[in-house]
This record gives sequence, C-alpha cells and structure tokens, in this order.
Amino acid sequence: MEKLISLEIDGKEVKAREGMTVLEAAKEAGIEIPTLCYHEKLEPYGACRICSVEVERGGRTQVVASCGYPVEEGMKIKTRSERIDQIRKTIIELIAPSLSDGGVVGKVRELADEYGADTSVFMSTFKATPTRCILCGQCVRYCSEVVAANAIGFVGRGVERRVVFLPERASRFCPTCRECYEVCPTGKIAAETDGSIFPEFSIDDFLSGKM
Amino acid sequence: MITEEQTSQAVAEILSSHKKEKKNLIPLLQEVQIRLGYLPRKAMQEIASFLEVPGVEVWGVATFYDQFRFVPLGKYHTRVCMGTACHLAGGKLILEALERELDIKVGETAEDGNFSLERVACIGCCMLAPVIVIKDKIYPKMTPFKVEETLIPYKQEPQGKLKE
Ligand code: SF4
Ligand code: FES
Ligand code: FES
Repeated sequence: MEKLISLEIDGKEVKAREGMTVLEAAKEAGIEIPTLCYHEKLEPYGACRICSVEVERGGRTQVVASCGYPVEEGMKIKTRSERIDQIRKTIIELIAPSLSDGGVVGKVRELADEYGADTSVFMSTFKATPTRCILCGQCVRYCSEVVAANAIGFVGRGVERRVVFLPERASRFCPTCRECYEVCPTGKIAAETDGSIFPEFSIDDFLSGKM
Repeated sequence: MITEEQTSQAVAEILSSHKKEKKNLIPLLQEVQIRLGYLPRKAMQEIASFLEVPGVEVWGVATFYDQFRFVPLGKYHTRVCMGTACHLAGGKLILEALERELDIKVGETAEDGNFSLERVACIGCCMLAPVIVIKDKIYPKMTPFKVEETLIPYKQEPQGKLKE
C-alpha cells in the first residue's frame, strides 16, 4: 500500500500519494497551477518558475517550484497570493521580449493577461536576439526522454543559448516524428521549420554564427 | 588543414588513455583541442560514441565553455586585451578597429586561414595598455590608428615579406 499524505492546498484538504509533486497533487484535486516547462511525460526541470507556490511549514513560508517539489505531510500550500502573482507577472515580463518578433501569443499571452503583465516593460533593456525560444527545454527533453532520438539539443550559454538540431540525427528521425512541434509552448519549432521535412536551424548554423 | 584521418587517429590515441566514463568528457575535449588546435566535428562524434552519450549532449557541453573552438585558429592568432586597464584605455576601440581591418568578428577565423581574433582578460602587462598580441608578439599602447600599420607585415607575409 502506498502511503497517503494529507496536505492543504488553497484551504482545501487534499490527499496525495508519497512521491507526488505539489503540482501533481494540486492537479488531482482540480486546482490549476500554470506551467511552462513542465510536461507530464518528462522529468521535472524547474526552469521557468512560473509554477511557483507558497509553502507554509512551522509558521514560515517559502516559495518553491511546485513541479518538482515533493508533497509532505501537513504542508500548507497557497497557489495564488500577492507574492505569487507578482512573481508570475515578472517572469512573464522577462520572457516576453524574446517573443517580440512574432508577438506574444499562445500560452504566454494567456498568462500575461491573467497576471496583468506588461509585455513591453523590459523591451528597451533587452539586448539579445528575439529567438521565440523561452528555453523551457521541453523539445530537447522530449526528444531525449520520450522519443530517444536525441536529434535536438541546447548549445551555447546565457543569451547565446539556442536549440539546434543535429543534422545526422535529425535526417534519420525528424521526418517521421515531429512531436516537438506539439510540445513547444511558443510554436517556435513549427514556425521555424515551416512545415518542411528537414529542420532549418542546425548546429552548423550556430557554429557559423548564423543564429 | 587537418584531415579526417588525422583527426580520427589523434582522437583514437587520446581515447585509448581514458576510461569510458561520462566525467571524462571535458578532459577529452580539452586534450583533443590541445592536440589539434580546435574541435573538429568528427572528433565530437567520436567522443560521443566512445562515451556512449548522445551527440547533442557533447555539443551542449562543448559550446557552453568559451575555451572550446570549432574552427582552427588563424596562422596569426590575434588576441585583444579586455582586462580592466586595457578596457579603460580603449580596448574596445582597438577590437573594433581589428574587426574592421581583418573583416572578421571576434571569435572568428578569416576564410583564408591567416587571422583569427579573440578577446582575452588581462595578459599581465597593464603598464602598456591597451595591448594586443599577434601570434606571440605583444604590441603595446595601441590606438585604432596603429592597428592598420601593425597588421601590414602580417598581411604581406603570405607573399613572403615578413622579416623578423
Ligand atoms: S524551442 Fe520551444 S520547446 Fe524548445 S526550448 Fe524553446 S520554447 Fe521550449
Ligand atoms: S513548470 Fe515548474 S519550473 Fe517550469
Ligand atoms: S589589462 Fe590588459 S594587460 Fe592587464
């Protein structure tokens, strides 16, 4: 028998199984927490922090990323609060400039509206290229963890960080897969490969400074 | 130019002295670069299959660090100091002048393979700021104007005119 844990989420008594994350427990209880880098088939990644919630234990509150935080007996979670809303708003505002070329659309747009984020506030200080990629890593991890094709990966560091395809793997796997089109929250991959069979942005483009 | 066979041979020798352990990735990349001057594509593939890690992971690690290069250095590798003293003395202007004169960007190698450009932190002679180093020779107290003049002998060398 799996051990049952009881906790409180937004004032609601919730039962969860040991080893579940706060996000999963909330989901089962019908409480929605926004995510950008989480995918149910993938290991938690904790990159976007949009799933941040407040955890109260022993009178102290702490902000944690719910997609990777395990449930504990008696913990009290708040999925919305002034502090949390402010964090999510800022995250969206920081993400927005990298989407600026094609406009802030899709999931990020929905979140921006929900949290009242001003998507142009960091525009003037944004020095990097708007790549449409928010580096959530879903495509990369999906390609490795689910498809096991390893045709796509991250290269570079900091503002130079990019998602690229490895042509020798991509030519073998991508034409019949293309599952990363679906997982990408910004639609970058589908847009850039433009429906063509072979992905356009490869490691060679990165090395030659073309991207 | 280094041929594919030379690459494979060098990589095979380096691999033979290492265990198949993931933690050896960075040391392997470093050794290959010391040996060949850069990391050829082929070497990356061979390291990946040796360690049994996906190629994308090897690329991810290698491109993360500034120390790794993916094109050979130019014959006259030019380093521009961007340490504090040189920066304050106008290192950025020198770099821009070099980029203009050589028609390459920092981190690149010219197509003819003669020049490559790199920015470095303090090279230890701040009294002479701003400095550049071409191959192994230090050029002190640079000005954007002096850049052109300094490069002349190197640009002429392919025609056999560099006397030193
Ligand atoms: S391309 Fe899309 S899925 Fe991949 S890391 Fe960027 S935003 Fe995420
Ligand atoms: S969804 Fe939890 S950090 Fe991205
Ligand atoms: S800062 Fe350039 S030599 Fe020291």
